Amino acid sequence: MSITVDGIKKRFGKFQALNNVSLDIPEGKLTALLGPSGSGKTTLLRIIAGLESADSGQISFSGRDVTGLHVRDRNIGFVFQHYALFRHMTVAQNIAFGLDSLPRKQRPAKAGIQKRVSELLEMIQLPHLAQRYPAQLSGGQKQRVALARSIATQPKILLLDEPFGALDAKVRKDLRRWLRNLHDEFHFTSIFVTHDQEEALELSDQVVVMSQGRVEQVNEPIELYARPESRFVFDFLGQVNVISGQVKQGSLNQGNAWVTVPGVQHKGDAQLYLRPHEVRLATAPVAHANLPLRIEAVSLIGSEVRVELRPEGWQSEGSNNIWEVGISHAEFNSQRPTRGDLRYAVPEVGHLFTGNDAQPATVNWAEAELAPRVRLIS
Amino acid sequence: MSTANQASAAKSQRWPLTKGRSKRVLPGFGLSLGISLFFISLVLLLPLTGLVIEVSAMSLSEFWFVITDPRVVASYKVTALAALAASLFNGAFGLLLAWVLVRYEFPGKRLIDAVVDLPFALPTAVAGITLATLFAANGWYGQFLTKLGIEVAFTPVGIVVAMVFTSLPFVVRTVQPVLEELAPEDEEAAVSLGASDAHVFRRVIFPALWPALVTGVALSFTRSLGEFGAVIFIAGNMPYISEVTSLMIFIRLQEYDYAAASAIASVILLASLVLLFAITVWQARYLKRLEGR
Repeated sequence: MSITVDGIKKRFGKFQALNNVSLDIPEGKLTALLGPSGSGKTTLLRIIAGLESADSGQISFSGRDVTGLHVRDRNIGFVFQHYALFRHMTVAQNIAFGLDSLPRKQRPAKAGIQKRVSELLEMIQLPHLAQRYPAQLSGGQKQRVALARSIATQPKILLLDEPFGALDAKVRKDLRRWLRNLHDEFHFTSIFVTHDQEEALELSDQVVVMSQGRVEQVNEPIELYARPESRFVFDFLGQVNVISGQVKQGSLNQGNAWVTVPGVQHKGDAQLYLRPHEVRLATAPVAHANLPLRIEAVSLIGSEVRVELRPEGWQSEGSNNIWEVGISHAEFNSQRPTRGDLRYAVPEVGHLFTGNDAQPATVNWAEAELAPRVRLIS
Repeated sequence: MSTANQASAAKSQRWPLTKGRSKRVLPGFGLSLGISLFFISLVLLLPLTGLVIEVSAMSLSEFWFVITDPRVVASYKVTALAALAASLFNGAFGLLLAWVLVRYEFPGKRLIDAVVDLPFALPTAVAGITLATLFAANGWYGQFLTKLGIEVAFTPVGIVVAMVFTSLPFVVRTVQPVLEELAPEDEEAAVSLGASDAHVFRRVIFPALWPALVTGVALSFTRSLGEFGAVIFIAGNMPYISEVTSLMIFIRLQEYDYAAASAIASVILLASLVLLFAITVWQARYLKRLEGR
């Protein structure tokens, strides 16, 4: 079932939680609602579910208007951040709840319910815990039970409100994969709310970035990461290095720092946004950039070495005046950067925001360089 | 260090209190527990011991004779039945009142919340006299009820009314906090699974409430068993029909028969204790399951 959100507005007292939100959620896709807290993502999810009503606007499932329909009649599965399991019921009774709640005519016989419950227990790999009470389960187990409970009645739409928010990192990762498989197997139309950009980019087919009650951008994860349309989306999707300054005669200047911006006609104020992987570090300035930085910290955790640097003789914007650059372990081993060393940032690809123009211009120095150069695009 | 020394060191660590080297983080355990126990002994246990001593002066047959006097036995029945009726009524009405106070916002809510405690604040004799006046054949309520052929004042029904009045706060005040703590998510989850309102109440809300409800009803029941002030003014106090047990104790006292008064009192005391103890044990077991121990 596809979901259409049309012009939804919602106000809580003086706070405008949703301001004219319109969205198309395609059938069978896993969509992430991503945004900082207070961006209205949970409110939107609850309005789609029918747990909250909008002040104005319309919600339709596959073209059918469900705005006035009660939650219980919308036939959706809803998963809560804190599981909301019924604590006086066993795991099996919890999972059976939706089936037990069906009107007598549609309700399967006892044996049928039992069969379905044991199938679901098998699916969440917890058949041995059927007779346990929720208090005896771990967080990850509880969330799996909550998921099984929400899909027991075979809803076409699955809505998840920060489903992994209360779990620790490892369990979260396992459950994410498991949810992805579940989704691919059953072809629900799923929407999940998250404030974790990594989770959104990794798990979903489509990401809806929200901020202050509005939709900022909707796109596939890869596209979204590669082509953010606004400063907000850029900032929100991971670490970003920014230099702002004046564009004059084909280069962006601030203090003693400068970068050429080939192909940009604009003159005046501009900001250049660079992702950590779009910057290299060199020991001397290069032809197209002079961005001196001093190393503040080197962190070896993970598959990449993260180097934090402070601008030398100019100012960065945001992120506590710190730039972050990722280098490979091989580079680290050959160069041995240490705290206090001076380095020069060499941008390879950057995104220039000019004036109030929301859409950034992409600048690619590697292509602009005259010398032939092999680039691996992964 | 020898193993014997290690063992004794381990032992002294395990029982720090016995060595006078308390390792507790929260201070004041010894002092606060001591004062509490002393006070409980002074105001609760000592008078109860006096009661037992008074009773123990009687022989077993004397004791049996006093407590099985037909008029006293009739009073047990009247008291127990009236208390049962009153506490069940309070169970239903108290739950409704707590529900309204927790679930909805309306003008005057704070006022109603405060008024619930009135029976605690009001001297029970005042309540009894007021109720008797209201329900008397020519009283505000009584005049209408008489037309319908219902007599309340000076009948066992009057006893129930008095008991309802004095013990209502017990149910409201035990159920209210549990209702407040109920996570709205549980209900939302149930509704999103397609459950009807009745089904949600029966399967999700009520199971969470009923330990508190049972406690409230039990407290209300035991309070009613011993109710005196409010009841005697409205009961009419006709032997075998509308005499409550606490009145029987009072009558024995007026006859200076302290032993007999104590004997009857010990019956009420025992009944209340057994009931409260049973409820506590049952509830502990039920809650244990919910908390997963």
